[in-house]
Amino acid sequence: MAKVKGLRCKECGKEYPIEPIHVCEFCFGPLEIEYDYDYIKENISKEKIEKGPKSLWRYVDLLPVDNPTVGLTAGFTPLVKAENLGRELGLNNLYIKDDSVNHPTLSFKDRVVAVALSKAKEFGFDTAACASTGNLANSVSANAAAAGMNCYVFIPANLETNKIIGSLVFDPTVVAVDGNYDDVNRLSSEIANEFGWAFVNINVRPFYSEGSKTLAFEVAEQLGWKAPGAVVAPLASGSLYTKIWKGFNELKEVGLISDNPPRMYGAQAAGCSPIYKAFKEGRDWIVPEKPNTIAKSIAIGNPADGPYAVKVAKESNGSIEIATDEEIIEGMKLLAKTEGIFTETAGGTTIAVLKKYAEAGVFDPDEIVVAYITGNGYKTMEVLEGKLKKPIHIKPSLIEFKEKVIGETVNK
Amino acid sequence: MAVTVRIPTALRRVTQGQGEVQIEASTIAELIEKLEQEFPGIKERLVDENGEIRKFVNFFVNDEDIRFLKGKDTELKDGDVVAIIPAIAGGLI
Repeated sequence: MAKVKGLRCKECGKEYPIEPIHVCEFCFGPLEIEYDYDYIKENISKEKIEKGPKSLWRYVDLLPVDNPTVGLTAGFTPLVKAENLGRELGLNNLYIKDDSVNHPTLSFKDRVVAVALSKAKEFGFDTAACASTGNLANSVSANAAAAGMNCYVFIPANLETNKIIGSLVFDPTVVAVDGNYDDVNRLSSEIANEFGWAFVNINVRPFYSEGSKTLAFEVAEQLGWKAPGAVVAPLASGSLYTKIWKGFNELKEVGLISDNPPRMYGAQAAGCSPIYKAFKEGRDWIVPEKPNTIAKSIAIGNPADGPYAVKVAKESNGSIEIATDEEIIEGMKLLAKTEGIFTETAGGTTIAVLKKYAEAGVFDPDEIVVAYITGNGYKTMEVLEGKLKKPIHIKPSLIEFKEKVIGETVNK
Repeated sequence: MAVTVRIPTALRRVTQGQGEVQIEASTIAELIEKLEQEFPGIKERLVDENGEIRKFVNFFVNDEDIRFLKGKDTELKDGDVVAIIPAIAGGLI
């Protein structure tokens, strides 16, 4: 694989061959793919990409996979010009990158799983596994089923019902663990030590996380090979946010865009905001938290990429902000009623934070701002119970319709 | 005061492949010293040059992160299980 040189520790720089490993043996730092950008620059072009498949695999030259076999339809989701929401927020060039309609399981996780399991197949694994807050479990279950792999998913036992059903339907072994996501993650990490499975977000993680870069690639291409001025994205482990930044930087590195990468604005839930706190307090380390928020999909109290997310916020001249549970619900409703897009709590967090930043005047009204919507609201409908208007209940009578719905006085 | 220490894959080269070892120690700090006596070279992988536990190394005592307990001063008692686990990402985002 000429485009990939190997793995390299993000902390101490020690190099490793391409293997299903994710941690440096010397300092425990995370391993990351090391590319040969000179080689890639020679072999990539806008024309080649534009002729490629209508999926994230059109960017295979910048992904650590030789032979894509899993998740062939993932990615290439709509970039929606958000005229109505933009008007509301005083932004003339606001866009929504809508991964709530990703294929096959309606979240951005279909991107990372496509890359992780394609690589897992190359490595020769026959069993896929993951620790998940729900969306990842859905995607691993669906893609493993389609790829003919065995599948184990580990979730916190208190997850939203729909997200559990959304995994079970693909017939994996679902293990519901008493505890929060961080407990599930720790247990999975220990299981990954013992079993030779492709845990997409553990031992295959260096490959998996690269899939998120395609969120930057697609936005740039959809804008006509331009970088936005600013983006807003949710933060859980911090991986997505740092990989979007990496994606824009790579495009510049290989000559596909000439703009500087965007200012990166991150969104956390107030009930689980260890990265926000580290950023505000100027720390480069994370103090873990016990999450308490409705935004379960981003409730990671011990985010491994937190230090890197803080660094990206600083380097890009961006920032990190939080939204309360009430603001998250309002964010979900605002996006739905202005743009007709139903996102889950993570998206509500992003929109709530976008709104705060717009009101604080951090964006130029004419610059291109992209908000990343990463998951679908139909999976977490219970959070909206009691938060929406009730249907108007009537008998099948035209008179009652006019009286109760239209508000006309009807002479009987 | 023996405790069981679970060793992650990334450290097993130092422990001659052992995934679990028994150590006598009354705190995490002492445990790290005792591990070093038994498996020279392991300490520098767990703590930085200032003696602080590395950013990407997590210690759990009976499944609880020691950062929610007393950090390096967390006391250990007979039969406790200490897991050393690399920080990992995942979840939704």
